[in-house]
Amino acid sequence: MLELLNYEFMQRAFAAGILVAVISPLIGTFIVLRRLSMIGDTLSHASLAGIAAGMLGNFYPLWGALAFSLAAAIGIERLRKRFSQYAELSISIVLSASIGLAVVLISLAKSFNADLMSYLFGSIIAVTMQDIYLMLALGIVIILSVWLFYKEFFYIAFDEDGAELAGIPVAALNIYFTVLTAMAIVVGMRIVGILMISSLMVVPVAASLQLAKSFRQTMLFSVMIALVSVISGLFTSYYFDLAPGGTIVLTSVAILVLVLIRNLFGRR
Amino acid sequence: MNKTMLKLKNITFSYGNSIILEDVDASIQEGDFMGIVGPNGSGKSTLLKICLGIIKPQKGSIEIFDTPISRFKDWGKIGYIPQKATAFNQGFPATVEEVVTANLYPVIGLAGRVRKCHKAQVDEALDTVGMKDFKQRLVGRLSGGQQQRVFIAKALVSAPRIIFMDEPTVGIDSKAEESFYELMLKLNKQKNITLVMVTHDIGAIDKRINRILCLSDGKVLEHQCGLDTSCDLYGQAYGSHAVNPIRHNHGRRGGNVGAS
Repeated sequence: MLELLNYEFMQRAFAAGILVAVISPLIGTFIVLRRLSMIGDTLSHASLAGIAAGMLGNFYPLWGALAFSLAAAIGIERLRKRFSQYAELSISIVLSASIGLAVVLISLAKSFNADLMSYLFGSIIAVTMQDIYLMLALGIVIILSVWLFYKEFFYIAFDEDGAELAGIPVAALNIYFTVLTAMAIVVGMRIVGILMISSLMVVPVAASLQLAKSFRQTMLFSVMIALVSVISGLFTSYYFDLAPGGTIVLTSVAILVLVLIRNLFGRR
Repeated sequence: MNKTMLKLKNITFSYGNSIILEDVDASIQEGDFMGIVGPNGSGKSTLLKICLGIIKPQKGSIEIFDTPISRFKDWGKIGYIPQKATAFNQGFPATVEEVVTANLYPVIGLAGRVRKCHKAQVDEALDTVGMKDFKQRLVGRLSGGQQQRVFIAKALVSAPRIIFMDEPTVGIDSKAEESFYELMLKLNKQKNITLVMVTHDIGAIDKRINRILCLSDGKVLEHQCGLDTSCDLYGQAYGSHAVNPIRHNHGRRGGNVGAS
């Protein structure tokens, strides 16, 4: 069964997948608890516009994805101040602009092809060493940042006003966190795909919330659930020739359903 | 002579054309338990936010520990228990220990690590409020009164010299309210922590505070020491219809006048 690991493309897929499984829930835990679940979708659609720009301008598409999702992250934070009473409106505005731009750029580049499909749905054969290097660099920045600012991000998620009063630079850290989210999208898009990367940030956390007895455990369990989802999803994808994004996300949803059923019977 | 913890001079604050506070002078001495009372819209909570540096007045000066607020950095010495502190997301997966530890930020600093000595501070704060045994419990699973104790511990953990409270007894039952006041008096008398409390519950605080600041329409009606707060004062602030119930409930629960 493990002979698939003899293939170099599968080694790259597993390396990328494990990185995604660790990073997505790390960011996702804060996103879910701050009730910002839509932010992942918004930034991933911005990165789609970046991919299309890369194809149109003939440069490495992941650079385009990173630049566009970072620009969208900053746009969301800027708009959030303008619409302070309607925080979710800033996310919707950037989502609309991103989808519009992505569609226009895709049609301009006439790039609705297999390459684009691999970015949309994820791919186990398309991951290159260049992708791995970029993902690794971004992944290290994300893990180090969460480790360094864990207590600050926790306080902001639990009580933003209290965090501000305690002296935490909340505005600056909010911008930084949105930038980290944009990076996490780029790390995940190659394997899980643009359409499903935000699911991997949210679904394992949703399952973990049903089990965990502390914030630290929530994070730990969600990483474990994401790892199980990614590894089994990649196996299924390989053996049944399916897009990995779908198999990974469906596995995590299946785990969530099992956890919910367990809790349902556990309470009786 | 007791040290001046906070000094407000000529504080004026307005939202657009509407004046919320006008020429408010007040001072708080070390060891005081001060009640800030007044009807809705009299500027109590605004005054508290000004003391905490959350909003800046258009006019006037604020000194904390003899330092102008703009230069004051030692926010660990200031504790705060907000109105409806327990109105957080009850499903948030945080333990009592995690919540209290979060407020060690002024002590630990940006990107600092939580060490053994910090954990001891958390234990001590939880011990003071009688919640040490609940350290590993999810805070959302506790009763309203227990959650409030956790939030007091959260305010205490950075060893504050003064604690501000904004209607802290809203939303908890009378038994929890009684033990809240007992705890506050213990902190005030035994640990010499200065307390400033915004409240409508005049009947409950009347016998416990030693200083009162009564606001009406943004102006100070009375700022005095001692417990001889007269009916006239409350009548002026709240209207004469409210005076009888206050007198009636003097010294016990239930003198909750015009609570929001």
